[in-house]
Amino acid sequence: MTGIPAGPLGIPPEESPLSGRGSPHTGLTKGTYGSYFLGNPVMNRDTDKAGGRICRDESGVFVMAPVIETFDLTRRFGSNTAVDAINLRIERGEVFGLLGPNGAGKSTLLSMLCTILRPTSGTARVDTFDIIRESAQVRKSIGIVFQDPSIDADMTALENLRMHADLYDVPLSEQDARIASVLELVRLEDKADDFVHTYSGGMRRRLEIARGLLHYPKVLFLDEPTIGLDPQSREHIWEYIRKIRKQKDMTIILTTHYMEEADRLCDRIAIIDRGRIVALDHPTALKQGLGGDTVILKTGVGSDLRDLLLAGRISEDVTVIDGEVKAVVRNANVILPQIIECASRAGIRIDSVYLSHPDMNDVFRHYTGNEMRHDGVKEHFGRVAMMRRHRR
Amino acid sequence: MSEWRGISTLWRREIKKFLREKPRLLNAFCQPLLWLFIFGTGMRFSPAVSGYNYQEFIFPGLVCQAMLFTAMFLGVSVIWDREFGFLKEILVSPVSRSSVFLGKMLGVSTDVMFQGIIIFPFAFLIGAHIDLAIFLQALPVMLLISAGLVCIGLTFASLLKSFEGFGLIQTFINLPMFFLSGALFPLSTVPDWLLWISYANPLTYGVDALRSIMMGSAWIPLFPMPVDIGVLIAFDAVMFFLGTYVFGRTE
Repeated sequence: MTGIPAGPLGIPPEESPLSGRGSPHTGLTKGTYGSYFLGNPVMNRDTDKAGGRICRDESGVFVMAPVIETFDLTRRFGSNTAVDAINLRIERGEVFGLLGPNGAGKSTLLSMLCTILRPTSGTARVDTFDIIRESAQVRKSIGIVFQDPSIDADMTALENLRMHADLYDVPLSEQDARIASVLELVRLEDKADDFVHTYSGGMRRRLEIARGLLHYPKVLFLDEPTIGLDPQSREHIWEYIRKIRKQKDMTIILTTHYMEEADRLCDRIAIIDRGRIVALDHPTALKQGLGGDTVILKTGVGSDLRDLLLAGRISEDVTVIDGEVKAVVRNANVILPQIIECASRAGIRIDSVYLSHPDMNDVFRHYTGNEMRHDGVKEHFGRVAMMRRHRR
Repeated sequence: MSEWRGISTLWRREIKKFLREKPRLLNAFCQPLLWLFIFGTGMRFSPAVSGYNYQEFIFPGLVCQAMLFTAMFLGVSVIWDREFGFLKEILVSPVSRSSVFLGKMLGVSTDVMFQGIIIFPFAFLIGAHIDLAIFLQALPVMLLISAGLVCIGLTFASLLKSFEGFGLIQTFINLPMFFLSGALFPLSTVPDWLLWISYANPLTYGVDALRSIMMGSAWIPLFPMPVDIGVLIAFDAVMFFLGTYVFGRTE
């Protein structure tokens, strides 16, 4: 199976009826994704920040109309605003991660993009189709792997895939070849004639992914694709996602609670909290945006060391917890020798050193756990510290 | 065209699932036997019934009963699709809601027809005179009966959120419709209040039409055939539109 045949609306923006509008709506809600380059294939800012991960090629996925674009997309349930005027652009070919605490609005956002749920106000375009007025076309353009199983377990894998092909009107002449190829992708070709109720959880997930690909969607939504799976199955799913992304010109949007998953798979990550996007960038940029690495130094005279670090301007963020000095520094690999030198000159003995680079967990907590930090109660600090140590 | 492919795949799915469910098929085959040979034999020799063969009398009623119970059971099975998630796969597909409803309706109606037809061989055992011509005349009437009943089942499934409501349907739909259809006793001798309630039951017209076809001159019809057929068609139409409307509003 090779690339996706260009759809009727897979047209470049200069011919697109939509190309004229873009800009007033392209601004993102907040923060890190401040400047947006429309129609500029060379994304220097991103290259600098993210180590060149996003600059795919010069011929320009970025000059094309975005595959998803939302315009003040809002959904309220009674007095609760689940999704609050989100403006978002997702480019073709991206693997885009949506992170957020439970109830942050991820599923609501996803449901609206999948046309299952109507927005209260605002709208969105998926593959250039409006989710409200052209929901049938949107449905043809997307594939969905739900968080909960949605496969008919009393049917065989093959029967499930054939039903899907019928529901999505996959050309009959291509149907069998496509089924064979998606089954091969998720390595279920030997199990095609088995009833799905004989499958393990991981196999069902793989089958659902295969099914979601069958009609060559432009966008594949994966809602918690690896939830409840063992580490091996999770690795497999990741492998398939990477494979899909490489083989097909498909945009993948996934929600997850596993930070490692988001970090390893996604080109860009949006962190959603209380219905708003609170951060949006490449994983590397998000991590660097936290202000650097953490150095933890164990010493008998914690407060002395803290004062020393603050006075020497080695770090501006130093805390002492149970004799451990935690300092946030810009580049720990370079600064650590300086700290040790400084300390020994001042006669402070350092018993042990621990170095950590921020990971997505830190990013996530930074953006969604703000009240914990800024409310500033001491016990909270202790708890955060415990959580961190526990993680390590 | 593409809509039709979706409709037909949902249709075929219902049939496939129905035929794979062996215990249900066995049950469907055996339950009418109990009614015909135990209940029917007992009633046949009871002094209250005279003038015709009781088994022959209840046979069309039992065909309707089998169809009624199956229609409700399978119609409500949409709830299982919801429970096990497959409904979501259907609802996010490009196929429209009304086509999904139509596909389900056609599928379940086909199952219901199977269920009704399965009983026909027993007619020979009780000595009813049913030949091919009578059978072929009965089929379209059975189709009209099943379509409306299936829509009732599907409508309830769209309204109920869990399978726990199924018991309510048993008590408030299945049994009243069955008992009030004249399937088990002739309506010509019942008190007026019972007669009028029975007239409000669409199944009464189905049973009456089937009896007119199967029993020939031994049966004095409650209504002329065109009235029976007319009521059934109206019933189907109302239930189909109501069902499509209710189903279209789910989720």
